[in-house]
This record gives sequence, structure tokens and C-alpha cells, in this order.
Amino acid sequence: MSDAMTLLLLKSLGETIYMVAISMVIASAIGIPLGVLLLTTAPGGILAAPKLNKVIGSIVNAIRSIPFIILMVAIIPFTRLVVGSAIGTTAAIVPLVVAAIPFIGRQVETSLKEVPYGLVEAALSMGATPLQIIRRVLIPEALPSIIAQLTTVIISLVGESAMAGAIGGGGLGDLAIRYGYQRFRPEVMLATVIILIVLVQLVQFAGNTLARHLNKK
Amino acid sequence: MIKLSHVEKTYQGPDGPVPALKGIDLEIASGEIYGIIGLSGAGKSTLVRCINLLERPTAGSVTIDGQDMLALSDSELREARSHIGMIFQHFNLLSSANVYDNIAFPLRLAGKPESEIKAKVTELLRLVGLDQKAHQYPSQLSGGQKQRVGIARALANDPKILLCDEATSALDPQTTKAILALIQRINKDLGLTVVVITHEMQVIKEICDKVAVLDGGVIAERGRVLDVFTNPQQPITKEFISVLLSNDLPAAFRGGAVSQEPSDGAYMLLRLTFIGDSADDPVIADMIRRFPDVEVTLLFGNLDQIKATPFGRMIIGLRGAQEDIQTAIDYLRSRELKEEVIGYVRRNDTPAA
Repeated sequence: MSDAMTLLLLKSLGETIYMVAISMVIASAIGIPLGVLLLTTAPGGILAAPKLNKVIGSIVNAIRSIPFIILMVAIIPFTRLVVGSAIGTTAAIVPLVVAAIPFIGRQVETSLKEVPYGLVEAALSMGATPLQIIRRVLIPEALPSIIAQLTTVIISLVGESAMAGAIGGGGLGDLAIRYGYQRFRPEVMLATVIILIVLVQLVQFAGNTLARHLNKK
Repeated sequence: MIKLSHVEKTYQGPDGPVPALKGIDLEIASGEIYGIIGLSGAGKSTLVRCINLLERPTAGSVTIDGQDMLALSDSELREARSHIGMIFQHFNLLSSANVYDNIAFPLRLAGKPESEIKAKVTELLRLVGLDQKAHQYPSQLSGGQKQRVGIARALANDPKILLCDEATSALDPQTTKAILALIQRINKDLGLTVVVITHEMQVIKEICDKVAVLDGGVIAERGRVLDVFTNPQQPITKEFISVLLSNDLPAAFRGGAVSQEPSDGAYMLLRLTFIGDSADDPVIADMIRRFPDVEVTLLFGNLDQIKATPFGRMIIGLRGAQEDIQTAIDYLRSRELKEEVIGYVRRNDTPAA
């Protein structure tokens, strides 16, 4: 493989990491509180608001039911509004974030649900406010599980970022399609696939290690 | 003082309302250890949660030291709760925090400075005997040690009341004894009012001053533990007590029908209860000496303690001439004990006359 091709591979890897990392940070910043809200506003929750819970839940379900490739195209006007363009690596971040938020929300909700209610009750008996319970009981207790769930989200974002490449987002997926598939360069296809496999393995390994380290159970 | 008046709690179930408490009146004096016993589903956990309003009663009132709990705002209620300690059957410790941080938890909620927290946690660790375990995580502790952490955490804010919800139900008998001893010591040393919820009469017998028997959402019977033990009125109470106090007759009498009429060769079965100092008196020996014509056979005997009071129970069989037996019983009545005629029974290993 030529030096130019190696450089191209590295550049694409950089773009993939950039898209996934930025999307993950923004989506987590919104998705984690969303997950907390999904759990705590449910009937019987510490901030019970059944109507609000139903509305949020429906929106989350609606977005999650749209296949990513369709979502990406469908929200082009919104993407243009946010980043000024619908093409490019940065533009690809917008649909990635939109898809990841409800995903993270549900995953975090699942993690928080695993915290035994007895702990919440104990905190209530000590006079804790709902916010204190979220910050000092729910999140710390669910943290290993949340890390494990977020790892899953990162891996699915790697996959989705490859699709975003197809509409000019760059990254490894884009490279594999344009060089490996359209220009009949199987060695490029193979190289990107191997890089993707290694990337996913590394993410999973890092996630598992962190979750295990945090788990005191 | 804790005062519950006409407290009712009804849950909305899928098939309509489900009443859990149906009008509870209860007064618990300061410094007392008050036991509430009931089978699962009797409503005892709901009842204890109505004290710190983890469950809001659907009707009635809850007053603690003159303060109407149901009238408090959310923040006032949180403040009030921080002075009511609570421990749980499954301990409910944070698995992500070590022993020190678990005990410090309520102090941090209250926004205390770290220096003050350190002093308090160190003191509490010593009180519950866990000085060496400060940096261990709950998963590294035994059940008894976890409950000690729970107790230390409950005491962190210097509460006046300690609520114990089946606090020893997940522990083995030895550990249960040690935890009960700790609760009793705290009650004595700190002057804490303790409310104990349990399904085990053993726990009531061991540490409680008073007991209320909860059955189907109402209090079936209540009173001083000694009185309830020695003179239970309700079938449910008798059932709880019978678990602890075996009434089984020896094999030679078992299976024989107990008749209420005296008959030839039958023994009159007498249940004797000794309370306090009379448990130490040689009553039976005296009776045998005074009435040599009455044949006395000892069928069951047990000496126990209710909190610190000796408490003995005995079943004896008397046989002899009617008038001799009567004078023997009259003699027993003159002593400080309770006697009760169960009936008449023959030994089933002697051929019928």
C-alpha cells in the first residue's frame, strides 16, 4: 500500500474518531440527563410526572424507530441550520447526535433501574432531596452499568459514522466505499475493515476495564 | 413521643383499592423500645413507613413530639426525617461507597464540613465496633457488619428515634443476638426511642418493652411484652408465642385425647407460669412435700427471660384423690404464679383400666 494510501487511512481514522467522540460528548451531555428524567418522572419515581414521562418516552421511541440512514437525510434542513452545511465531517455529527441521544437515554434509564429501590428509600429516610438522590445515589450506584451501556453506544456510533460517510461525512466508511468498493481496491476495503475491528475491540476493552474498576459489588 | 391516630393506608391496586392499614391508634413513649409484630402482609412495613412518611397515610394523623408530620412542607419534612434514623432488612448500603462514606452519607446530605464529618464517623465506627473496616466496601462485609454500618449511618444525625424494619430478619441467630444487643445498648446509652418491626417473637422477647400485634391492618393486641406473653388474648398472639414456647407433651401422653372431665387413672394437666422472682422459688418441691398423696409428674418445663425478667413455664400432671388434688391446686394458687387446667389425659402406654 502506498504512503499516500496510508496517510488517507490515517486521515479517515482521525475523522471517524472525531465524529464519534464529538457526537458522544454532546449526546451524553443531553442523553444522560434524559435517562435520569425517563426514570425519575415515571409513575412512583422520585420526581413522578406521568404525563411528562409519556411525552418524553414517545419522542424517544419515535426517533429510535427511524433507521439512521433515513434520519440522516430527513434532518438535512436542521443540520444545515445548525452547522451551515449538510456535507462534511462536522455536518455528520448532527444526525449522529440526534440518533444517539434517545439511545443513550434508554440505556441510562435501564442502568438506573437496576439500582435497588431500597437505596432510594434509605436516602429519602435520611432527608435527601430528589437532586441529591440522583447525584449521590442513582448515578454513582449505576455508574459501572452506565459505562458498559455507553460503550455499546460508542460502538454503534462507529457503525453509524460509516453511513454518515456515504453522504460526504468522511471517515473510514467513506474511504471503504469510495476506494475499496467503487475503485475496486480490495486491499483498502480490507485495511478499513481491520482498522474498524481493532477500533471496536479497543473501545470495548476500555469500557469493560473502566466498568470493572468502578464496580465495587 | 410518637402518636398515630386512626391511621389508614389504602393502595390503588389494579383490581381496586387495597387497604393495608385500617385505622391504627398507637402511642410510643420516648425512650421506649416498641415492637410491632405481624405476619408478612399484615401491614407492619407500611405502618413503620407512616411514621417518617415514606408512605403517606390516606387518613389519620401522625404526630412526633407534638409536631403534626402531615402538615409539614417538603423541606420541613426532609429536616424532620433527618432526625429519624431508619435501618432495613437488606441494609440498603451504597455498594459504590466504602464504610466510611456510607456512614458519612447523611452528614454530607446535610452539608456538614468534612472535619466535623470525620470526627462523627470515627466516633460512630467505634460505637458499632467497625473501627478497622472504614475503608472496606459493603460487598466485603458480613451481614452483621453491614447492619452495623446501617445502624451507624442511621445514628449519624443524632436522631431521637430509630426505626428498625425487619433489621435482623436476614441475619443468622448469633448475629441477630449481637445486633439486638447493640440496639438495646443504643436505646439505653443514647436514650433513643426505638420502633422494631419484626415477624419473629424472639426479637420482641429479647429487647422490647411493649408490643403491638398487627393482623390484617389492625392492631389485634397490645401491651407490655411480659403481659402479652404470659396472658395472650388473641389467637394470632398465641400463635406467635407458641413458636417460641413449645407446649408439646412427652411421647407417653401425646396422641391421647385430652378430656375436660376427670376420669379414673387420668392425669390432670396443669400449665404453670412463673414470672419474675417466683421463677426461682421451689414451688413444686414444696407442693410434693406437703401433699405426698398426690402423684406429680413433670411433663414440660422451660425457663426463659423476657428482656430482663425471668419467665418460666411448666406443664405438670397430677393424679390422686379429687379432694387431694383440689387442695394441692389451692396451694399453688396461694403462690405467686398463674395456673391453668388444660384437661385430663391418660398415659397411652398403660393399658386402659
